[in-house]
Amino acid sequence: MTKNTKSVKETGFDKAFNYVIFFLAVIITLIVLYPIIYVVSASFSNPLEVSRGTVIFFPKSLTSMAYKTILDRKDLIVGYKNTIMITFFGTVINLFMTICCAYPLSRRNFAGKNVITMIVTFTMFFNAGMIPNYLLMKELHLLNSYWVLMLPGAISVYNMLIMRNFFKTSIPDELFDSAIIDGCNNLQTLLKIVIPLSKGIIAVMVIFYAVGHWNSYFDAMMYLSKKAKYPLQLVLRNILLETQTYISEGASAGYNSAEAALAYVSIQYAIIVVSSLPVLILYPLMQKHFVKGIMIGAVKG
Amino acid sequence: MQLVTNAPHFISTVILVAIMQSMLNPSTGVINKLIEFAGGKPIYFLGRPEWFKPLYVLSGIWQNSGYNSIIYLAALTNVDPQLIEAAKIDGANRLRILQHITLPAIVPTAVVLLIMNFGKVMNVGFEKAYLMQNSMNERASEVISTYVYKCGIENMQYSYSTAVGLFNAVINIILLFSVNKIAKKLTETSLW
Repeated sequence: MTKNTKSVKETGFDKAFNYVIFFLAVIITLIVLYPIIYVVSASFSNPLEVSRGTVIFFPKSLTSMAYKTILDRKDLIVGYKNTIMITFFGTVINLFMTICCAYPLSRRNFAGKNVITMIVTFTMFFNAGMIPNYLLMKELHLLNSYWVLMLPGAISVYNMLIMRNFFKTSIPDELFDSAIIDGCNNLQTLLKIVIPLSKGIIAVMVIFYAVGHWNSYFDAMMYLSKKAKYPLQLVLRNILLETQTYISEGASAGYNSAEAALAYVSIQYAIIVVSSLPVLILYPLMQKHFVKGIMIGAVKG
Repeated sequence: MQLVTNAPHFISTVILVAIMQSMLNPSTGVINKLIEFAGGKPIYFLGRPEWFKPLYVLSGIWQNSGYNSIIYLAALTNVDPQLIEAAKIDGANRLRILQHITLPAIVPTAVVLLIMNFGKVMNVGFEKAYLMQNSMNERASEVISTYVYKCGIENMQYSYSTAVGLFNAVINIILLFSVNKIAKKLTETSLW
């Protein structure tokens, strides 16, 4: 008995081990956090301090000038509007398609589900590539329309598989049986039994898809050429490129333009903050569901 | 902590590269200030081809390690607590438990992740490489996908660039299948 309690108790070595792990965890967290803190601080600081390198952790000579400047930029606001629209409608389409694909594939009495799953999964590892996709969109006359950002990626195979696994493993077969006995057809079973039970996983899918739309840059760059339809990330990239040249030109030209270039330094940071804020705010609210969702997907591969 | 380490995953590539550019800026960036403070000379990181690969990998780690750790977390919660309890009673310390129980328990997960990542080896992320690219580091930053983009979209050589892309995809899938097979032989875990 005494021996038992003694051996379960933590030894000195274990204590040291715990401290080391705790210490490492704190350091890693700081490393991850630092760039984010730095960007936020720099966006609120006087640009002169930023370029002198005195802003290390906390903002110096607090100013919101940068934010005022970027609120005047029309292209940024248009980009914001486009992105919000694409994110909203795109996510709705994604969700609808994903559920419609995952539900039949999760049912045991659906003939040919294995073959279909295999074919669908195959596209995850092998696709035609950039150029054929581009030509396809061109022939479909989707270039320069919002649809091109929403339709081609309407289903992410990976997310669909997570959804299917969730339907398969966490909704008991008895529920389906009782629904059928009560006279539900397939659609009613989906709407009245499956979806209400899958709110958690649907929340995760919303996050995955919405963040994907919010951050997507490449599709827009490839398929859109009209500036009025540019989403936020593309506008962002253009502004950043603009500031880069402005800064380097300002540095080589005289003092006055150097000062103007300095203002751009903090504008750059402010833009970064403004455009990633919505995602970073939304995400912690969903964190709980989110971890669960990835686990479901991960455990079942 | 989890909240913090996952956060970078939700930052877009455009912003990631922008943060990198500003922090590594040779005259105003905070990293170079640090180097100067330590007595070194500022380095124009993004303009040097030899720095492209380390930067690409390190920023990838910064962005995704927290997120990927969730998957390991899931594997760890599946470790039977009785096993750990039994090991403690047998007098194992933390390091021994880690070595003999926890690590073997997450090997299958690690193998699956490895295989999945091998599937991506030939598709080095277009976005980040493209965004980090400039005329000075082109020698190191030109990957197959940026090459295909330039040939196909910018120079309109559709069939040539499609062939390049397809060739790449075929190599990719062969790689995936062979790694899967090797993993199956060595550790008895595989994707399918």
